[in-house]
Amino acid sequence: MKIVLQNLTKKFPSRSKKSPGEVIAVNDFTFEIPDGKLIGLLGPSGCGKSTALNLICGLQKPTEGKIFFGEDDVTNLPPEHRGVGLVFQSYALYPHLTVLKNITFPLENLRGADKLSKEEMEKRALEAAKLVQLEGLMDRKPSELSGGQQQRVAIARALVKTPRVLLLDEPLSNLDARLRLQTREEIRRIQRQTGVTTIFVTHDQEEAMSISDMIVVMKEGVVQQIGKPQEVYDNPVNLFVAKFLGTPPINIFQGRVSHGRLYIGQESILSLHDTPNGEVTVGIRPEGFILQQDGPLTCGLTRVEVMGRDISVVSTHPCAENPSIRSIINAENMVDPEAKTVRFALKPHKLYLFHPQTGERIPFTPE
Amino acid sequence: MDNKNAKGWLYLLPAFLFLGAFLIYPLIDVFVYSFEEGYNSASQTFSGTGMYNYSYVLHDPYFLQAVKNTLILVAVTVPLSTGLALLISVALSSIKPLRDLFQTIYFLPYVTNTLAVGLVFMILFKKTAYSDGLVNLLIQSFGGSSVDFIDGPYWAKMFVLCFYTIWVVMPFKILILTSALASVNQIYYNAARVDGTPKWRIFTKITLPMISPMIFYLVITGFIGAFKAYSDAVALFGTDLNAAEMNTIVGYVYDMLYGDSGGYPSYASAAAIILFVIVLTITCINLLVSKKHVHY
Amino acid sequence: MDRTIDYLKIEKRTRTGKLISNILIYTLLALWGLIVLFPFYWMLLTSVKSYGSYNAEHIPSFFTLSPTLQNYVDAFTTVALGKYLLNTLIFTLATTAIMLVVITLAAFAFARLDFKGKNLVFTLFLSLMMIPNELVVITNFTTVTNLGMRNTFLGLILPSVTSVFYIYLLKENFAQIPDELYYAAKVDGTSDLRYLRRVMIPICKPTLITIIILKIIECWNSYVWPRLITDNPDYYLVSNGIQEIRENGFGRENIPAMMAAVVVISVPLILLFLIFRKKVMAGVARGGTKG
Repeated sequence: MKIVLQNLTKKFPSRSKKSPGEVIAVNDFTFEIPDGKLIGLLGPSGCGKSTALNLICGLQKPTEGKIFFGEDDVTNLPPEHRGVGLVFQSYALYPHLTVLKNITFPLENLRGADKLSKEEMEKRALEAAKLVQLEGLMDRKPSELSGGQQQRVAIARALVKTPRVLLLDEPLSNLDARLRLQTREEIRRIQRQTGVTTIFVTHDQEEAMSISDMIVVMKEGVVQQIGKPQEVYDNPVNLFVAKFLGTPPINIFQGRVSHGRLYIGQESILSLHDTPNGEVTVGIRPEGFILQQDGPLTCGLTRVEVMGRDISVVSTHPCAENPSIRSIINAENMVDPEAKTVRFALKPHKLYLFHPQTGERIPFTPE
Repeated sequence: MDNKNAKGWLYLLPAFLFLGAFLIYPLIDVFVYSFEEGYNSASQTFSGTGMYNYSYVLHDPYFLQAVKNTLILVAVTVPLSTGLALLISVALSSIKPLRDLFQTIYFLPYVTNTLAVGLVFMILFKKTAYSDGLVNLLIQSFGGSSVDFIDGPYWAKMFVLCFYTIWVVMPFKILILTSALASVNQIYYNAARVDGTPKWRIFTKITLPMISPMIFYLVITGFIGAFKAYSDAVALFGTDLNAAEMNTIVGYVYDMLYGDSGGYPSYASAAAIILFVIVLTITCINLLVSKKHVHY
Repeated sequence: MDRTIDYLKIEKRTRTGKLISNILIYTLLALWGLIVLFPFYWMLLTSVKSYGSYNAEHIPSFFTLSPTLQNYVDAFTTVALGKYLLNTLIFTLATTAIMLVVITLAAFAFARLDFKGKNLVFTLFLSLMMIPNELVVITNFTTVTNLGMRNTFLGLILPSVTSVFYIYLLKENFAQIPDELYYAAKVDGTSDLRYLRRVMIPICKPTLITIIILKIIECWNSYVWPRLITDNPDYYLVSNGIQEIRENGFGRENIPAMMAAVVVISVPLILLFLIFRKKVMAGVARGGTKG
């Protein structure tokens, strides 16, 4: 099922007394989610991603705009008729019902032609339970399960009625780090196996990048960029996206372009074509640094962290936005941890220029 | 160390004095009274010990009348008031505009003097020489014939008593149930809505199980309260409840103790202990049932 | 195309269903609101009708064009309503004040002080909550009679100045105050009593206010004990007073004057409730029972 959002907008009346008026949680969303894909809706907390999810599943009504499932306009349709499965951040398992009863709950709502026999329901529930590998726990109550197991019950409950769209609202945020890794693989596997169009809301960029077919980066209710994870990472449209994606995060410097050369401080870093003179914000990915004896960028060395395959060089620079610059370098390179300074050359395709005020990307062609 | 112990007890002393004199000693004494036969409150003497007081009370037609009245009152008001309170609380929780106003209005009977407002009910239901009273006029306008609810037939008096009792106990029940409903996490309702659960099913499968502890709490306190009914009856029918055939068990206890037929603390004690045993039994049954049906 | 039409139908049905259920809900709520409010309206209305016009109405009218305050004058002059109100005020204030001292001291001992047998005593204490009032009233009546305290304020007040439940409520609240505060105060040389007065009581003010409000409501409406212990109208509280007015009051059945008395008796608590609405309701939800 393809999902199309057209100029979707949601405004709330402001609750703060200082600034009455409206809060725009979702601002003019227009994009299309292709059938059978897993989409990561990504942004910092409060950026409106949960509101967007609620609009898609119908728990909230949009102020403006339209939502289509396939060719059907579902904008004003109540949630029960949309055929969506929703997994809540806190799972929302019914505490008084067993795992089996929780999973069959949506099936028992079916009426008329769709009504299922008890055997049929249990068969479907067992299939869903198998999919999430819960077969052995059907008679437990939610309180007797671990966080990861509860999460899987919630997914099974969302999938059992074979929804047209599966929505996951921060499904991993209540799990510990190890389980989170495991469960996100699980979600990926289940999505592949069932082929259901899935929207996955998260504030964790690594999570979104690792399992999504496509990510949508949001900020303050506005979509910043849509694309395949690697594309968005490699080609951020603005400073926000560049900063939001990637661990360790991108390093930001104050720089300036003057007569075809990019300067950070007094050092000329790069020659470039066709870029007008002026102040710029320079972003360099941690993997964009190359250790080089006579490299153009000189930084004060703070320490060297060995991470096995790679080493991480922590250094300082007066023009850097943050007190420390982190670069990831192949471990074959040797760095003298006692040295006062370290010099880098830079990979041009890992370096981005942004407008210092608007944060918009400034394209450039390296010489 | 001793100093410390003494200090603790010193702070407790006032509470202990009062509780000892007015709660613990009387509790023991009431059992003693109930077995002392032929107790004379003036001379404080008694002629023997035994079960005679219980036997007297259990054979007293006034007591049997009181038991009957109390049982009817309990059987009618507890389920009706709990059910009605549930209905109103659910309705109240499903609206936003005017909710505060309704809640405030519904709470008013709680802060009114039962005796005083009972008089208003009396004049609404009473048939006098001048007027049939508002309720009767209402009945007549629907084509019924008027009944004196205060001095008339037994069922009519019982009806008013039940009606007034429900009116008085509703605020507490509505308050408890609305706060119980408010404490159910909204997320369960959202989950159920997305799954297309019909409203009625959401109510029976999610709401009811989740507030079941509070419902049983209300049923238990409701039973206890209804068994102790007394002042509502006085408010409607005056202090001579035996004459009005509207006495309750508690009323019987007080009448035996003091009042027109009074001066028999032994009989009063026996009746009070019988009441206590009944309430205890019902409460235990309630607790057993609730263990089976309450979901946490 | 078929499906779109189908959807429109569902949308319309949902909207209609919502409208109908809203109408039903508001009708039900308004109906119960009417049942609750009507007696209050009726007592106000009757209390301003003159005796003559009230008795002349075969069919009572729902409003009056010539309201009179004469009934209120009668209520205060013909019967001793003022005396009953004053008695109740004294009774309520004295009972509440003494109770506050008693329960605060006891709750402090249970929450803060260490002494031998504390836990055992507290458990026994809690079990006292199970004792119904009806059982102990009989002996209390005899006790107070034998002490010659019938028809005295002391006899009225003494049996109701402790409440195991309120001690429990307050103790739980006291116990939430972190120990560090107590030790810090001890290091500064603060005495226990001063600590109780300057730290614990201010911190637990909301609970104390809850208890005060509940106790005031209880006192204002108490009927059984005052009825047993007073047969001299000079010591009647409002509940007994209204019963007295009903049975021997205004000579003839002067219902408007009776209603005026009912209004006067009801107004203080209703005012208290309307002023402290949130606190009263929160307090009752926490610790009230009636019915």
